[in-house]
Amino acid sequence: MKRIEAIIKPFKLDEVKAALSAVAVQGMTVSEVRGFGRQKGHTEVYRGAEYVVELVPKIKIEIVVPDQTVTRVVETIAKAAKTGKIGDGKIFVVPVEEAVRVRTGERGEGAL
Amino acid sequence: MKRFFLILVIIGLVCSAGIAFAEEKIKPEVTAPGVAEQAKPALPPPAVPAAPAPPKIDTGDTAWMLTSAALVLLMTPGLALFYGGMVRTKNVLGTIMQSFIIIAIISVQWVLWGYSLAFGPDVGGIIGNLSWFGLNGVGLDPNPDYGATIPHQAFMIYQAMFAIITPALITGAIAERMKFKTFFVFTLLWATLVYDPIAHWVWGVGGWIRNLGALDFAGGTVVHISSGISALAAARLMGRRKGFGSESMAPHNLPMTITGAAILWFGWFGFNAGSAIAAGKLSTSAFVVTHLATASAALSWTFVEWIYKGKPTTLGAASGAVAGLVAITPASGFVGPMPALLIGLGAGIFCYIGVFSKNRFGYDDSLDVVGVHGVGGTWGALATGLFASKLINDAGADGLFFGNPALLGIQALAVVVTWVYAFLVTFILLKVLDWTMGLRVSEEEEETGLDLSQHSETGYNF
Repeated sequence: MKRIEAIIKPFKLDEVKAALSAVAVQGMTVSEVRGFGRQKGHTEVYRGAEYVVELVPKIKIEIVVPDQTVTRVVETIAKAAKTGKIGDGKIFVVPVEEAVRVRTGERGEGAL
Repeated sequence: MKRFFLILVIIGLVCSAGIAFAEEKIKPEVTAPGVAEQAKPALPPPAVPAAPAPPKIDTGDTAWMLTSAALVLLMTPGLALFYGGMVRTKNVLGTIMQSFIIIAIISVQWVLWGYSLAFGPDVGGIIGNLSWFGLNGVGLDPNPDYGATIPHQAFMIYQAMFAIITPALITGAIAERMKFKTFFVFTLLWATLVYDPIAHWVWGVGGWIRNLGALDFAGGTVVHISSGISALAAARLMGRRKGFGSESMAPHNLPMTITGAAILWFGWFGFNAGSAIAAGKLSTSAFVVTHLATASAALSWTFVEWIYKGKPTTLGAASGAVAGLVAITPASGFVGPMPALLIGLGAGIFCYIGVFSKNRFGYDDSLDVVGVHGVGGTWGALATGLFASKLINDAGADGLFFGNPALLGIQALAVVVTWVYAFLVTFILLKVLDWTMGLRVSEEEEETGLDLSQHSETGYNF
């Protein structure tokens, strides 16, 4: 099992969700995060006082999938989230040791 | 904490004793109008306050004055929102609470001794005496000196709202870092030692600045310069906020700020037009010039910012509007519509510059009270000396542009006296309070925020 963490631009969320359900991904966790890489932030001005806001709002999607679907899911996300401009985001793949379904107590890939 | 309450209880006991003592001295007011009625003259009474005819209550004037009092009251919660939106989330309640509680504190102070000191029988041109303590002698018949056509209490309650909003203005300068209980005591003492005397000098019968002929229709010196310059003293003594210059102190809720500014604009019609103490030509004139100066100041600040910073901001438009309201305040009953546009134009520019000077001098006047109220009030008082015309209000005077350069000098004197007195007394007062009670919250409390540290509350629990 692997956890796929994808940081994407917020307005791309609906597109990525639609693309993922087309490849039968059944669940995900979405959080609102802020961060930066190469994308510059912006400047705000309040009564002449300038504030440089470096952290840019992003969306983080986390999905845990069986090993054999990892490549397909990563490609789906990358394709749907891409705009070609700086700030499109990153995807990380991390191994997962155990998964448990809370309702039934199932473990392993059956819990996904 | 217990000591604080003990002090309040002692003040309360002293006041109760004062009220009990004062009530013994009440003379029945029935005799005065009775006597005057028998001496009714055949000719219509002259317009001066010393008319022998009994003062007759005009329902239109009274309705307008009570409405104006309510409008001016609304300005204080409006100010609370204006300031509240400009501070950080963790301080929104602390900021709003300061303005809101002032309504309560000063309402009581006013009817006990504030009104008497400000408008009571004059002592040496400096202050009123305490014979009106607890509204003794302040009844429902008109006082010919203060609103010959409205009940005396209508004038009193109208003035109460001015006394309320003035200390509330100062809170902007010391935002996000003052101890609540010290602020409470400061408010009471500042109102008594700064506001009441200055109000007496400028508006009280016998007041020395009034006798010099200075013109302040609705409170340029009394309200704005006094609070603006006191804010300077306060900002310097409080010191800068933790993280000032390095951490973000951006406004957390500008929609709230703009709402507050709009409420201020609305309420200010009561502030200025109500200062005519009557409903008719003068109040209409004051209403119109108030609106025009505000509009033109909003435009001028917006344009200055657009040119110098590249974008017109909502905060700038709102701030410009408030600056215009401040500047037109002393002039509102003495100038015409076209000069009002110029006064507003100047306010937008001068107050914008005033706001930036704090960066040059390095003090943390958090919400720009000095730049908007101090500078705006000063410009307004001097502009009155330029543009006043007896054609608008023959009880006023002519200004420089209407052939009377002397008025400008008198206005300048009133401005300087107010600067010096308000600054000195506020400075001393705050020094004493710092020494006895401490002005600032601790570093940890400032980090946590006033809402939690001073009030055990959170503003937003989404």
